[in-house]
Amino acid sequence: MKLKYILPILFIAILSTACSSDDDNNDNPPVINEVEGLTKIQDITNNTHTIELYSESGYFYTGYNEISIRIKDNTNNTFFEDFSIGWMPIMQMPTMQHSCPYSTITKTPGKDTVYQGNIIYQMTNTDGSGWTLTFNYTIDNVDYSITDTITVIQYENQNVTSFMGSDNSRYIMALLEPKDPKIAINTMKVGLYRMENMMSFSVVEDYTITLDPRMPGMGNHSSPNNTDLTYRSVEGIYQGNLSLTMTGYWVLNLKLMDTMDTVLKGETVTDENPQSSLYLELEF
Amino acid sequence: MIKATLCCVCFLFGLTLYAQEDTYTIEKDTTKLEEVILIGQRKLSNYRQEKTLSSIDDYLEKSNRITMIKRGNYAWEPTMNNMASQRLVVTIDGMQIFGACTDKMDPITSYVDVSNLEKVSVDSGQEGTENGHCVGGGIDLKMPQSKFNGTGLKSSFDLGYETNGNYKSVGLDLEYTGNKFYVNADGIFRKSNNYHAGGNKEILYSQFQKYNISVQGGYKLSENNVIDASVIYDKATDVGYPALPMDVSLAKALITSATHTFKNNSTTIKSLETKFYYNTITHIMDDSKRPDVPIRMDMPGWSDTYGFYSKATLIEGKHNLLFNVNGFYNRSLAEMTMYPNNSNQPAMFMYTWPDIRTLYTGIYAKDAFALIKDKTVSVSARFGYHQNTIAEEVGLESLQIFYPNLSDSKSRFLMSFSTNYQIKKEKHDAAFSVGYGERAPSVSEGYGFFLYNSFDNFDYIGNPTLKNEKALEANVATNYYLNKFKIGLEASYFYIIDYIIGEINPDLSAMTIEANGVKIYNSLSNARIFDIYLNSEYNISKAFSVNGTIGYNCGKGSNNENLPLIKPFSYLAEVNYTREFFNAAIQLNGNGNQTNYSSFYGENETASFAILNLNLGNMFYLKDSKLVLKYGIENILDTNYSTYADWNNIPQQGRNFYINASFVIN
Repeated sequence: MKLKYILPILFIAILSTACSSDDDNNDNPPVINEVEGLTKIQDITNNTHTIELYSESGYFYTGYNEISIRIKDNTNNTFFEDFSIGWMPIMQMPTMQHSCPYSTITKTPGKDTVYQGNIIYQMTNTDGSGWTLTFNYTIDNVDYSITDTITVIQYENQNVTSFMGSDNSRYIMALLEPKDPKIAINTMKVGLYRMENMMSFSVVEDYTITLDPRMPGMGNHSSPNNTDLTYRSVEGIYQGNLSLTMTGYWVLNLKLMDTMDTVLKGETVTDENPQSSLYLELEF
Repeated sequence: MIKATLCCVCFLFGLTLYAQEDTYTIEKDTTKLEEVILIGQRKLSNYRQEKTLSSIDDYLEKSNRITMIKRGNYAWEPTMNNMASQRLVVTIDGMQIFGACTDKMDPITSYVDVSNLEKVSVDSGQEGTENGHCVGGGIDLKMPQSKFNGTGLKSSFDLGYETNGNYKSVGLDLEYTGNKFYVNADGIFRKSNNYHAGGNKEILYSQFQKYNISVQGGYKLSENNVIDASVIYDKATDVGYPALPMDVSLAKALITSATHTFKNNSTTIKSLETKFYYNTITHIMDDSKRPDVPIRMDMPGWSDTYGFYSKATLIEGKHNLLFNVNGFYNRSLAEMTMYPNNSNQPAMFMYTWPDIRTLYTGIYAKDAFALIKDKTVSVSARFGYHQNTIAEEVGLESLQIFYPNLSDSKSRFLMSFSTNYQIKKEKHDAAFSVGYGERAPSVSEGYGFFLYNSFDNFDYIGNPTLKNEKALEANVATNYYLNKFKIGLEASYFYIIDYIIGEINPDLSAMTIEANGVKIYNSLSNARIFDIYLNSEYNISKAFSVNGTIGYNCGKGSNNENLPLIKPFSYLAEVNYTREFFNAAIQLNGNGNQTNYSSFYGENETASFAILNLNLGNMFYLKDSKLVLKYGIENILDTNYSTYADWNNIPQQGRNFYINASFVIN
């Protein structure tokens, strides 16, 4: 009978000792949560490893996605600090399949276990299905591969567009920034890719993208001091200034011109033509 | 030296130097504003006091130099010398207070009522700088002086009714005056439906409703020291603005002050008055009553002001000195939220006044020096430091869209001088004055963000880089008395340097749907405004008198375009019959054709008009109490007209029968 009383006391004693020793022990480095501020999108698992995918929102959306990755050893639940990894997103269409523009995956600066990259999904099915993501990675000179289906949700605005230029090339253009638009002059960044074939997309260099932001809800009101987007070779993207005079729904009317200033896609906005055929949307 | 320079400059304009003496006040007696005692030369307004319950707006309009810009039947904006509120300094008993509406729908005169005030002091040009910097002049709405004459309880009750718009007003005033303390409480309520213009045409959205409560009290600390405190609460709801695309669902002000007054006749310092004050205004514009708008929007605005002044009067020999040190801190914030017709799109938001903080401190000094018995010279000067800061980061970034290098604060140094020379003889009097003054741009002129102006149908963007507006002025006023006949002339000339006005920027796209474009406030290198009035009066008998005024105004900018809102040729003729207990007057009031209208600034020509008014008054004494009846007909002929100052040419009231009754119990 006495055990009934002693056991809890013992438990409490042990637990409290453990707690106090934890608090007092400053030799162990504190556990840093390397994915703080990020939300898990999903885990992709094979027998040995689990690949964890993170983003700020916790979802894949059409358009530009910044993705953080880490690989967990399923045997001891630790994360690898050193590996090389590549990926391949594939959209399965009824008659064919294709990929989309994506970056290489590199180690996140200042992190031990987290790697990062980006993918620009140019489309999705209405139910979010159709895409699979394959990872090929190497840990300690052993190659692994892993594939799983993913869900890509249609973003509410057109933040990516796929179009045929007058040069008969197919392009994909995605809005990278501003991520948090302000009533101000925002820095606007756009990624521009040429579809070389179904599986390969290359960065288009040294073209020009003209910008004319408009608010269709306000009689196609525009804003001053916008600048055309020009190519930045360091980042491999196009950058310009985007003035937003108020919050709300904006249509960013664009015109793509090659190095010879030949218009490949898009028209100037006029009273008769309220919107360019090449545009992105933004809402805040 | 300054005086000499100014004189030279004025002379160079090759102008006959007209000047005016316009330091006149409209004063009410202790009951209501039923009798007007005028200090100064012009007694014209004396006869024009038709209603005991008229609004402040009606009162102000009686002055030659003041015209009210009307956007509806409520909250008219005063202009003086053809200059609107941004060029004037309008104060309540020396307190700075700023409207919270970006579209000038709440001039501060709309936040007080006649029941709060004792008199209105109107000073033209640089003579109006006692309370702040201005170009056009100063209007100070003065609250009653404290009194400790032990008259005990006194009350009065007012009722008013007007047929046009079914306008009802009721007022109650209670006052207790002891030997050591006094307290005065009053309330007034006004409600009007839509009014009808001449020809029985209903003007939709011209209704209004408001009430105003005020409490003022004072305590006599010692023979020479008095403390006073006052609170005014004014709330208008459901105010329609037929000339504008939006109405006002709420315009609310709380105006508070505490004052210490020292008075002593035997010391050099005759009086020293120090006041601390705080006022807060909330103004909510909305369009929920308008059936057909391009887009729904809300436009609330807030304005809070903290301030003080300390005013001393001294008499030293022949010098009459006045010093006034004052300061204020104002916060003006206004925003706009628009709701797209496509409900899938999010609401659109912007700061139209991005939380602008204005800090001002200044000093004013005036010396009136009696040269000899009938000649006086007075000199006044004001120096001030003025600073604007954009407190809202979002607001700074919004304005940086237009001014990428804009910093969040801007300081200015302002100054003002004036000198006046007066002669008073038995048969004539004359006053000459010259002045120089500067003003800082208003919040809208400096920092407004897409403020829509329905007058010229343009969106306005403020310009934080504007230079101070500077004005040189010359005034003359003279009166001649011949037996029962009096004739007077008054004129002013303003040469305004860096005149602030909107300039079309064709590169910018309008925000407001269907607006013509965008204007940015900019400076014209100069603008000239001239006004002249000829007043005459003939006393036929003790009871009968006739008087008349004609006026002419013009204004031109350095771009050789007419300035907008310049009064055309105007006239007024009146026949008065006044006995002790009865008075009657018939009045003809009109304007000539507005030939010098400013098409360049979006104005159109306003046709000439003339209206006829009749007003009558009776006074009855019943033991200790008194009944004052005022009644009459305005616009007897039911003329359909609008004046040059009626926003978007909205027609003014047609025929109106009115009656005001005031019952005073001592």
